[in-house]
Amino acid sequence: MEIPENPTSRKPHKSGSRKLSRKAMLSINFLSVAAGIFGWWLVSAIGVQGLPGPVEVLERGRELIADGTLAEDSGASLARVLTGFALGTLLAIPVGFLMGWYTIARGIIEPYVQFFRTIPPLAIIPLAIVTMGIGEVPKVFVIFLAAFLSCVISTFQGVVGVENTLINAARVLGANSWTVFIRVVIPASSPFILVGMRIGLGAAWATVVAAELIAAPNGLGFRMQQAQLYYDLPTIFVSLITIGILGLIMDRLLLMVEARLTRWQERR
Amino acid sequence: MTIQTKNAMIRFENLRQEFSLSGATFTALDGVNLDIADGEFVTVVGPSGCGKSTMLNAAAGLLDPTSGRVVVDDIEVSGPSPRTGVIFQQYALFPWLTVRKNVEFGLELKKMPAKERRVIADHYLDLVGLTRFADALPKELSGGMKQRCAIARAYAVNPEILLMDEPFGALDALTRVHMQEQLLETWTKERRTVMFVTHDVDEAVFLASRVIVMAARPGRIYKEIKVDLPYPRTESMRLSDEFARLRAKVWEAVYHQPDAKGADE
Repeated sequence: MEIPENPTSRKPHKSGSRKLSRKAMLSINFLSVAAGIFGWWLVSAIGVQGLPGPVEVLERGRELIADGTLAEDSGASLARVLTGFALGTLLAIPVGFLMGWYTIARGIIEPYVQFFRTIPPLAIIPLAIVTMGIGEVPKVFVIFLAAFLSCVISTFQGVVGVENTLINAARVLGANSWTVFIRVVIPASSPFILVGMRIGLGAAWATVVAAELIAAPNGLGFRMQQAQLYYDLPTIFVSLITIGILGLIMDRLLLMVEARLTRWQERR
Repeated sequence: MTIQTKNAMIRFENLRQEFSLSGATFTALDGVNLDIADGEFVTVVGPSGCGKSTMLNAAAGLLDPTSGRVVVDDIEVSGPSPRTGVIFQQYALFPWLTVRKNVEFGLELKKMPAKERRVIADHYLDLVGLTRFADALPKELSGGMKQRCAIARAYAVNPEILLMDEPFGALDALTRVHMQEQLLETWTKERRTVMFVTHDVDEAVFLASRVIVMAARPGRIYKEIKVDLPYPRTESMRLSDEFARLRAKVWEAVYHQPDAKGADE
């Protein structure tokens, strides 16, 4: 018997705000950015004290790229972020699973996580420098902490939120605890883990610059700190814009991964 | 009340189930005895809180009875097992797997080779009319299609019994009627012992050869009503006088129990 039912969401409805074509949207984005830069130029041309204009910043950007400083600084900052972020999430995922799956583990770990979560990672920097010196270790450690704390809570919540019926459905089909964990709990909590990773990456990126402001031989934060000493505003602008662009690229990359891995989710 | 038949496929023996709710003990089931014969289709109906779902969960091995036991095909139920297929009201499909992968899930756990899995999955997808949607994700299906996928998934592991917990409860009235007819069609082709829990009197009468009416506080079997309509059940049967008479009888038993004050609580 064929029942005349239509699948519900084969073609998602376009909402009213999406009537613009992609091309039109992009041109509006472009115009908006162009207008913003023009406004910046106008303000600096009128002569706000010390504010560099776009041309000046672009010029400095070209210099910093030409002598390799920008690449070196960006590379150093990125290396710290990625090392701390990778270590943080690598530890956060198993710890989050442990907390979600075993009540005892939750009881042991949760007080620490909740407590350290209330301390901004930046507040750890003085302690880290005193105990670990001024090398790479304290900076990576602080970034690791920031990424870990954001990601562990999210993973934990993902595991706790796995629907009981899904677990029961797997059990009645013959799954043991290990199989339930691998085949149900991990995929069901993956959207939460990915959100946690995105928040963690944001936190890591925010932390690196601050860590470099305090003590570093290179990096975007260090460059800004140096520029501050010499009242070199164009360099500060170049660094800020670089930080923004790199952060945006990393976030978009993770967003793409997230969209790919969680395509199965119902979106409301 | 004791209901015993020969050749029981599912046997509830003095099943008692207590839960503690914020300190107080609540008796969900008080000494339930019931036999369901091999190949029989039994529906269990009753007011909320009568323990009908508890009974089903005990048979599925998802609950440990306080006392008494459930025996399926002469083996005591001690935990969930592929011998007992369960179909949940909330479909419980794995949303990250395609329809076919959902149906193959239980077979994969049995370590069956991919080729055999595929043959079996295709067979049951065809049986429930989902062949065209084999590669769709659950989110792309309507409620009725999701439940058909869940039925195919339960059938695929070749269980001895099927336990259905208000499977059509979340569907609209029209779809529900279609689903009832289709379920009976599937059941006729691949006969299994079915215990079907519902709160819908029409559904209980249309599907079953025997309707078990439960009473609440404490949950127990109140009445057993035989449905002497032959299979296959048809639409004209649904509209017949005999059906109306049986329906009235079950209705009476569900809604006018001597001590059921406020069945809707």
